[in-house]
Amino acid sequence: MSVKEIPLSDERRSHWLLLFWRSTVGKKVVMALTGAIGVGYVVAHMLGNLLVFEGPEKINTYAALLKSDSNLLWTARGILIVAVVLHIFAAYQLARLSQKSRPVGYKRWRAVGSDFASRTMRWTGLLLALFIVYHLLHLTTGTVHPDFVEADVHHNVVSGFRVWYVSAVYIVAMLMLALHLYHGVWSMCESLGVNYPKYNRLIRALATILTVIVAVGFISIPAAVLLRFIS
Amino acid sequence: MHLTLHVWRQKDTRVKGKMVRYHADDINPDMSFLEMLDVVNWQLIENGEEPIAFDHDCREGICGSCGMMINGVAHGPRRATATCQLHMRYFKDGDTIYIEPWRSSAFPVLKDLIVDRSAFDRIIQAGGYISVSTGSAPEANSVLVSKQDSDRAMDAATCIGCGACVAACPNGAASLFTSAKISHLALLPQGQPERQRRVIKMIEAMDHEGFGNCTMHRECEAVCPKAISTDFIARMNREYLCSLLKG
Ligand code: HEM
Ligand code: FES
Repeated sequence: MSVKEIPLSDERRSHWLLLFWRSTVGKKVVMALTGAIGVGYVVAHMLGNLLVFEGPEKINTYAALLKSDSNLLWTARGILIVAVVLHIFAAYQLARLSQKSRPVGYKRWRAVGSDFASRTMRWTGLLLALFIVYHLLHLTTGTVHPDFVEADVHHNVVSGFRVWYVSAVYIVAMLMLALHLYHGVWSMCESLGVNYPKYNRLIRALATILTVIVAVGFISIPAAVLLRFIS
Repeated sequence: MHLTLHVWRQKDTRVKGKMVRYHADDINPDMSFLEMLDVVNWQLIENGEEPIAFDHDCREGICGSCGMMINGVAHGPRRATATCQLHMRYFKDGDTIYIEPWRSSAFPVLKDLIVDRSAFDRIIQAGGYISVSTGSAPEANSVLVSKQDSDRAMDAATCIGCGACVAACPNGAASLFTSAKISHLALLPQGQPERQRRVIKMIEAMDHEGFGNCTMHRECEAVCPKAISTDFIARMNREYLCSLLKG
């Protein structure tokens, strides 16, 4: 006689990808993968930007090279847009779920395990989303740039950052990015299941080093413009 | 010791509760936290008032029923210690102590500090059975388990299901509990036949109960009376991914 298996509730009706997306663990994996795309992009973008220190020639040629093949450009942009949209969508849904799971809060609550970065992920994420919009309007389309010259990246960066409050916005945004990455890279490893007692210290160290490199690399540019290192 | 307590009082699931102030006088520092509450309750009964309802059974840190939030920390200020094992010597004379029940939509308050944790039972239930040979008892050494795996499995199996992980988590997630239960069977040979279905079903049940989602704050690990590591959550995620991909 065979024993009847208790079926998974959705097993017959749903594709496994749907089951995956609907589960909190699966959705978090989507956040981790799209976050990893973000991390990869941010590191590459930071390294590319440092060419601004090499003078107008280098950075402008590099920018032209990136835009030379519009198929490639739009493929990359497409991947980034899909990643950001999925990342935000999953973040929103999971955050709502977590809020709903505690309808009555505590009169007293004391943190004993979390840190500032982990508790502010939703805020740093939200500010990053706003920053991305501003950044695109500022240095990609030039819509909000007072002195935008098409294809002259060096000029746009230097004249843009000469305005102290524009630089301030960028610097603050990069500090938000640092907080987001410091917790995100570590949390991403957990979501993907690669945390393992043996590697935990290595992952924490990697997250910290990556965060510092990204923050220092990006912030060096507005700082250098304000201090007249680049002109 | 003399203490001021602010305790959550709630008659039953339907009515709204509130914090009520009590004085706990002549508390011996060698008493456990629950014994301190017993003293307060005797006083209340003597005065003809309703005693504070709290859950307890073993009072030796193994049954998992005594959980409560003490000054905003699940099971109070001592690491790896259940409320029943927490002694009053860890408080100071004159302290004010806030005592609240676990807060989670999946753990409705039944009365005062007692919550209904049967959502955990349903997660366990969803995990199902393990296949074993029936008949006479098997020879104990016929199935070999490495020391490393048995130690890890036992670390996970120490979970007493108290619910502190859910209570402490800013997201109200039950990931530490569920991952401990999934891991201890996944690590042992006895858990292998149903390994894939078990993880998928238990996570489905966990989501179904309306628990939140782990964002790796690691509050759970810090309050767990058995100090179960969040590494098991990563293991659960890994088990889930592998099981789903293998189909
Ligand atoms: C565009 C706006 C963004 C929003 C609204 C946002 C929001 C969030 C939220 C709410 C989380 C989960 C919080 C947690 O796990 O504690 C998260 C995780 C993460 N974010 Fe973002 N984020 C944004 C942009 C970025 C960018 C630009 C990057 C990469 C440079 C990034 C990388 C990550 C990573 C790696 C994680 C961890 C994923 C995981 O835990 O599995 N995010 N984000
Ligand atoms: S009463 Fe059993 S664990 Fe505290």
